[in-house]
Amino acid sequence: MSESPARPRPSVAALFLTYLKIGLVGFGGVNAWARRVLVEEKRWVTEQEYAEVLGLGQVLPGPNALNVAIQLGDRFGGGRGALAASVGLFGGPLVVLIGLAVLHDAYGDLPMVQAVLAGTAAAAAGMILGTAAKITTNLKPAWPILAVGLAALLGGSVLRLPLPWIVLGLAPFGILAAWWTLRHPGRVRP
Amino acid sequence: MSDGEDVLGQLALGFLAISLIAVGGGIAVVPEMNRLAVDVHGWMTNERFAQLFALAQAAPGPNVLVVGLIGWHVAGLTGMLVATLAMTGPAGLLAYGFSRMRTRLSGAAWLRVTEKGLVPIAVGLIFSSGIILAQAAAVHWTALVVTIGSTLFVWRTEFSPLWVLVAGALLGAVFL
Repeated sequence: MSESPARPRPSVAALFLTYLKIGLVGFGGVNAWARRVLVEEKRWVTEQEYAEVLGLGQVLPGPNALNVAIQLGDRFGGGRGALAASVGLFGGPLVVLIGLAVLHDAYGDLPMVQAVLAGTAAAAAGMILGTAAKITTNLKPAWPILAVGLAALLGGSVLRLPLPWIVLGLAPFGILAAWWTLRHPGRVRP
Repeated sequence: MSDGEDVLGQLALGFLAISLIAVGGGIAVVPEMNRLAVDVHGWMTNERFAQLFALAQAAPGPNVLVVGLIGWHVAGLTGMLVATLAMTGPAGLLAYGFSRMRTRLSGAAWLRVTEKGLVPIAVGLIFSSGIILAQAAAVHWTALVVTIGSTLFVWRTEFSPLWVLVAGALLGAVFL
């Protein structure tokens, strides 16, 4: 929401290197890491801005993390920035993945490998939940916004509705909630 | 197999189509990927698909790279590259086109309200994918403890989430 006075504007090289880092440390899913690096470490965008770009990234078809990388890359470095960010995001992990695929072909059925993968998957699920909790804590949403978020949570996890339905079906209510909140500031905090 | 080009074409077309219906993100279309790889083309068993998905979860990088592993399984390195490009290229161009349009419209009040309105859906869906992954990972009560501990750690501290992933891997090796 509030523009901080001295926001650094990354170069195309910085976009590539930062997204390369996000891809390579991005164990268990990239969005949590992208948020950490872009909002907390580099401070290129605020919590609110990141959440907005991620929201658009989910409405657009295709991988969310890629849609975010392209939008932020374009915002800071135009077409070259968008390309640099997406190549960085996918390039590093693809190289790692080739190595992992070779190893998995050889050792994937070992019980120890399965156990380590199971433990990592459990921790990665917690990482995603913790990130969502952190964003919510930081944004302090007004209650109409909170209600839409809760509906998306329930629709996805309990009702298991197809995600396009949730995104497109809840979008009008989200927009209504945002409009109402902007019109009635100050008396909608839960 | 002699029909190598056929398989590459199937990979390219299949994942291109999936990428364009992937509203809500890559995780949203995992059931569709499963259908493509197991039911439609018979490239692998359900168990193998679940293993590849777990591997993509544990590996660094976007979760959507599971398509690269499917491609690898079907047609080696070429398959991996074809599947990944099909999943990212056209959708990426679309996102870029949108981003250009958005720059021109920036400042429009309705766009500001729309962006704010999508935020709770974005965050709600992060929670939801976390819950779904936690359910899939909860093969043992230890796994549930790992998930809850990792949630609190990432939420309440500023330390790198890498620590919970390392701890999860170690606890998995010992208890699971």
